[in-house]
Amino acid sequence: MSAETLAPLRPVSPATRWSRRAAGALAFAALIELVSRTGLADREFLPPATEIVWRAVILVTDADFRTHALTSLLAWAIGLAVAALIAVPLGLLLGSVPLIDAATRSVVEFLRPIPSVALIPLVALVIGTGLQHRVALVVYASLWPILYNTMYGLRGVDPVAKESLRSYGFGPLAVLLRVSLPSAAPFIATGVRLAAGVALILTVSTEIVAGRGEGIGVFIFFAGIAVPARMDAILAGVFWVGLFGVLVNALLVAAERRAFRWHHAQRGEAG
Amino acid sequence: MLEIDNLSHVYGGGTPNAHHAIEGLNLSVAAGELLCIVGPSGCGKSTLLRSIAGLIRPTGGQVRIEGQVVRQTPDNLAVVFQDYSRSLFPWMSVEDNVALPLRRRNLDKRQRQEAAKEALESVGLAGAARKYPFQLSGGMQQRVAIARALAYRPTLMLMDEPFGSVDAQTREDLEDLVLQVRGHHQMTIVLITHDIDESVYVGDRVVVLSKAPAHVVGDLKVHLPGPRDQISTREHPDFVHLRAEVGRLVRGHATV
Amino acid sequence: MRGTRTTVFRITVLAVLVLVWEAATWLAGSAFFPPPSTIVTRMHAMWFSGPFATLFLTDAAIGDILPSLGRMALGFAGGALAGVVLGLALGLSSRVYDYLDGVLQFLRAIPPPALVTVFLVVFGFGLRMQLAFIMFSIVWPVLLNTADGARSVEPLHLQTSQVFRLSRGERLRRVVLPSALPKMFAGLRLALSLSLIVMVFSELLPGTTNGIGFQLTSAYATFDLPAMWAGIVLLGVLGYLLNEVFLVVERRVLAWHHAAQQVVI
Repeated sequence: MSAETLAPLRPVSPATRWSRRAAGALAFAALIELVSRTGLADREFLPPATEIVWRAVILVTDADFRTHALTSLLAWAIGLAVAALIAVPLGLLLGSVPLIDAATRSVVEFLRPIPSVALIPLVALVIGTGLQHRVALVVYASLWPILYNTMYGLRGVDPVAKESLRSYGFGPLAVLLRVSLPSAAPFIATGVRLAAGVALILTVSTEIVAGRGEGIGVFIFFAGIAVPARMDAILAGVFWVGLFGVLVNALLVAAERRAFRWHHAQRGEAG
Repeated sequence: MLEIDNLSHVYGGGTPNAHHAIEGLNLSVAAGELLCIVGPSGCGKSTLLRSIAGLIRPTGGQVRIEGQVVRQTPDNLAVVFQDYSRSLFPWMSVEDNVALPLRRRNLDKRQRQEAAKEALESVGLAGAARKYPFQLSGGMQQRVAIARALAYRPTLMLMDEPFGSVDAQTREDLEDLVLQVRGHHQMTIVLITHDIDESVYVGDRVVVLSKAPAHVVGDLKVHLPGPRDQISTREHPDFVHLRAEVGRLVRGHATV
Repeated sequence: MRGTRTTVFRITVLAVLVLVWEAATWLAGSAFFPPPSTIVTRMHAMWFSGPFATLFLTDAAIGDILPSLGRMALGFAGGALAGVVLGLALGLSSRVYDYLDGVLQFLRAIPPPALVTVFLVVFGFGLRMQLAFIMFSIVWPVLLNTADGARSVEPLHLQTSQVFRLSRGERLRRVVLPSALPKMFAGLRLALSLSLIVMVFSELLPGTTNGIGFQLTSAYATFDLPAMWAGIVLLGVLGYLLNEVFLVVERRVLAWHHAAQQVVI
């Protein structure tokens, strides 16, 4: 590290950053292409990047694939929404009534460490392996990050703000809705963003283990067990899932930044 | 000892919001001198200090220490930063913090520990060696930072608003500590401050900078009867007179 | 005093809830929801009624639990080590970080199970595939968090180490690494719970011959619900214990960090 790298005022513009990211992605693709075409890696295992991307594009025109993708999307979205609808009110309740929190803490501590995929066979037995199976597991897994972040956010609410509202004669519910909820909102948003990633993991896991019906996981699974395995199709499916994950995450981060600019400014984070 | 020759520094040069921090600054400091540099807030004092320390490369002019042009941090130089809480390493004990720079001197572990102990004693913190920085008050943390610089045995010690983040009483104690330390160690000290009283009380010489882009607008010798004392020195007519003069120089250029 | 009261309160509540659960399952009489007493009896019979010589573990426990834990431990260790080393290297150069950021974010966003078929095709069924799969799944959160930590070194700390002319190695070991530790541990903690999930997932796949996940699948196939619940409870307990052990280690390593933070707040 020379003096230059330490000089504080050499900021990189967002445009440069994006072009670097793009260059990095292209170099990564070129590396795959090279490794595959030169035979350094078995082509059956790693098809060239151009073939993967081409397969990914072709897949979009394939009605079957679109059904797979949309089915997964549906399970993911419903599961995440239901999880949020349960976890946010529950978090508000547990976070603002210490007695209920103390009473249920042991249950929460017991349930949370259960790895959600372990429930896949049980839930399949209890409610069958349709859409409801995936939704149930997505809900269970996404619940925790939202619940924990909501409760964490409530703990950080400024007591002065609460007291000042109470001194004007507002009741506990008004304080909850007008002070606690808005203050905890950035944390809830973070919880939802984390849950979105977890939900995607559970959607795909459940689909693969169930191994039937529609869904992107089912598509990938069948491409894998075909003889010979269709690696280009697997990786094209993975490509779309990964891209979806990145986009959802970026979108939620951008939304958080926009909606909670005050929060980031207050905490001294870069806007 | 230290010569600064026509020094200039521009941040973000070539862009519309380029900031000229320093322009055409000349200064020379004799060996063994305790020089205080004062100037209005945001005038480029820290940029000057970082240029001397080789932490940034100035866009124009040069800094020479003992005749050598500064290109990177010289090995006989130590810095005490204003923000002790961020310059001490929180994961190391006080002793390890002080001993860390000695790894560059050819010393074995025992010698390093001794040197650290000695330095801590000279700042009155002999008992705190095994503690961690967060267990100490702000003033004590800054003493640790000073001990770290002393243990390093520099010929030039730079202090960047070293007492800017402590309360008034601690500040006076630390000012006296600097005077006492410089009596025991042979070194040149350049102390940057925005406190006019402090510059006159501590310095042999006070240099006043203009607001940005900074250059020298005043250079005064301080002749006060020693040893200096927080009460009597501050009521000495020469002190009062000098303080007023430095104040006028700082103000005069701050409001232009 | 208050601490013990809370603990007693929590245990009482837990006991009451278990009793309610027991009563409810008896009343409902559903085959899907066996009473907790049945589950615990089953766990004992299946795993913990062995001879003293094997610490009361039965053959089934040795055959299922130990392989699972072994796979997880190896996978976690490998993935974490790779993530820490690569993350530190990446965090040192902001330029390299910029170039790789997009690719790494993409790799992290891929839900690991989606890649399991890739590992199946490349390695076939077996230990190698499972280890590679677990390592690949957890390496990204560790890598990205470590890199983030190494990038967020306090500038004044870097300037201080420059002023005192620390060598590159010393700077890395004594300044960058400790600064990166808090975020590195956040990444490792994520990786720990993720490794439990992907371990179980890899064992749920056809072709597995042992492990807790395999035990769950065979219970599913034979409609043996108490055995299935036993597996789930066991995994919950394991998850809890692993997290507790991790927290103890973290508290030790980051003692300075937590203490310093409490003072600031």
